[in-house]
Amino acid sequence: MSFDSDIQGRLETDAKDIIGRYPKPRSALLPLLHLVQSEDGYVSKDGIEFCAQQLGITEAEVTGVATFYTQYKRKPVGEYHVGVCINTLCAVLGGDQIWAELTEHAGVGHDEATEDGRISLERIECNAACDFAPVMMVNWEFYDNMTPEKAKQLVDDLRAGREVLPTRGAESLSTWTEASRVLAGFPDGKANEGVQAGPESLVGLELAKENGWKAP
Amino acid sequence: MEGTMTTLTPVLTRNWDQPDSFTRAAYERNGGYQAVRTALGMNPDDVITAVKDSGLRGRGGAGFPTGMKWGFIPQNSGRPNYLVVNADESEPGTCKDIPLMMADPHVLVEGIIISSFAIRAHHAFIYIRGEVLHVIRRVQQAVTDAYAAGYLGKNILGSGFDLELTVHSGAGAYICGEETALLDSLEGYRGQPRLKPPFPAVAGLYGGPTVINNVESISSVPSIISNGAEWFASMGTEKSQGYGIFSLSGHVTKPGQYEAPLGITLRELLEMAGGIRAGHELKFWTPGGSSTPIFTPEHLDVPLDFESVGAAGSMLGTRALQIFDETTCVLRAVLRWTEFYAHESCGKCTPCREGTYWLKQMLARVENGQGMEDDIGTLNDIADNILGRSFCALGDGATSPIHSSIKYFRDEYLQHIEHGGCPYDPAKSTLWGGVK
Ligand SMILES: Cc1cc2nc3c(=O)[nH]c(=O)nc-3n(C[C@H](O)[C@H](O)[C@H](O)COP(=O)(O)O)c2cc1C
Ligand code: SF4
Ligand code: FES
Repeated sequence: MSFDSDIQGRLETDAKDIIGRYPKPRSALLPLLHLVQSEDGYVSKDGIEFCAQQLGITEAEVTGVATFYTQYKRKPVGEYHVGVCINTLCAVLGGDQIWAELTEHAGVGHDEATEDGRISLERIECNAACDFAPVMMVNWEFYDNMTPEKAKQLVDDLRAGREVLPTRGAESLSTWTEASRVLAGFPDGKANEGVQAGPESLVGLELAKENGWKAP
Repeated sequence: MEGTMTTLTPVLTRNWDQPDSFTRAAYERNGGYQAVRTALGMNPDDVITAVKDSGLRGRGGAGFPTGMKWGFIPQNSGRPNYLVVNADESEPGTCKDIPLMMADPHVLVEGIIISSFAIRAHHAFIYIRGEVLHVIRRVQQAVTDAYAAGYLGKNILGSGFDLELTVHSGAGAYICGEETALLDSLEGYRGQPRLKPPFPAVAGLYGGPTVINNVESISSVPSIISNGAEWFASMGTEKSQGYGIFSLSGHVTKPGQYEAPLGITLRELLEMAGGIRAGHELKFWTPGGSSTPIFTPEHLDVPLDFESVGAAGSMLGTRALQIFDETTCVLRAVLRWTEFYAHESCGKCTPCREGTYWLKQMLARVENGQGMEDDIGTLNDIADNILGRSFCALGDGATSPIHSSIKYFRDEYLQHIEHGGCPYDPAKSTLWGGVK
């Protein structure tokens, strides 16, 4: 099996663009894996074959790299891939309870998708947003200051096709494959949407302004 | 300094409250892209000297002097030089680079141009963790806009200096924040650390001389060029100069980002952050992420600079102040971090691969009430066998929570063993469960 010819042609154009960004072609492998994931939703057999072809390396070499990184999926995820941060800070502030209630509610566990293919869940590590704990992600957009109720509502809404916007992110929620394409280095034009900073990012600045504190 | 209160010094965070702060127009309106004009008119060696004189030390955790690192780059090695920005930010607790790139990606781009000019690199890379979609969008857009304005590409601002800048998304692997693993990852391989020497300054990306710096380090460079090395060095302490972003998270009233001179204390920061959440008290905290040994209330007055934190038995790290109150089980916290290290161990060396696995197993046993008194000693021994024997600093970092928690909270370990389980109620530690 391989991609059919029109998909193949389109991906080849993209691959050429990606390879052109680097002094050496092999550097293109990570973005190429994001690219094939944007086609199939996961790193499929076709995707591996494609990456190997483009870079002139073996499929085993591609697989060896793909399996090293958690963002590359070996089976399809949901259209909305939902992560709950369970690293210590978030876990203690409520991430563990969110995870327990959400898996129960959605009926799927870690790295599993619902039967309708809408939602999949993942226990994720610290996503560099601890001041917004407990943190969740949907297709790698930030959902800050979550509670078990908000988490369940979020998943219900996504399953029902109701859009729920990220706290700090774009003004429309990208699907998993759309997000993967941005990670491959193809901008989607949403960079100027959404807030510049969450309230927590500004607490120090606001306090400094109130008190007239400045750098010399 | 006794008696004088340290105050905040917003530099990098200064414009974050402007709704369009991430755009080129806002950045220029606020005085951005002036430093690059100054720098391009200087001799590159003088730029390196300015950064050396400022005292800037790496903001990615290790605190290596930035100007000195740049000075190691050989010129005319026959291979191209590279600048690689480490935007992998994945150390548990660390949450400063991501908001910085979301709110003000152009300060990073300007820092990259100046730094590349100084080390004579004509291709730079931003390696950014893949799990932050909107931040990646902002950085991509900033780079596109900088090209359009002539800040990147050929003959930048008529100076004759050329620079290409590539934004590269990672794919989920903490170890890729380690600088040599990052290089392997950027070259398209599994992210596993390289043997040092040779150091990246001699043989880094594609074998060329390479500087790897943290986002915050590089973003500090424009302010040094604009305001001068003495200005930067006038903040902070004698050996830890300048300002830095302190990230408070956990059981504090107002978690968030506080930019202050190095040497501020947690007591001062907590006062600014409204203290520990109402009705509770401080139990333990990390000064610089999960890989830095934990502190207790007895360390509230330790100046948060590289030397003082080191002398008190921990590390300044990334100034990731994760704060836990008395409702939190220290074993639970340490177990979760240990599970993280075991999961993220790249598997290249035995002490870390095997050691983190055993630590995880044994800690889980103690936390769940099946531990024995000997287990405490065994945990210390396993950690001793990892520390200093691992191939990279991930292994060393994994031992920090173990050693420090046993040092300060041995009684709590014993309590779990004697009590036959965890005496804490996790519901009380949650944001909604601990309200008094
Ligand atoms: C496991 C591990 C993870 C790391 N993660 C990061 C990171 O995400 N960002 C970062 O800047 N440095 C990280 N570092 C430190 C880098 O190896 C390196 O010291 C740093 O990027 C150098 O930049 P600086 O001198 O500007 O701080 C990590 C180190 C280790 C051992
Ligand atoms: S210490 Fe751990 S992460 Fe580092 S090389 Fe060894 S196994 Fe890999
Ligand atoms: S621990 Fe959840 S974002 Fe850091």
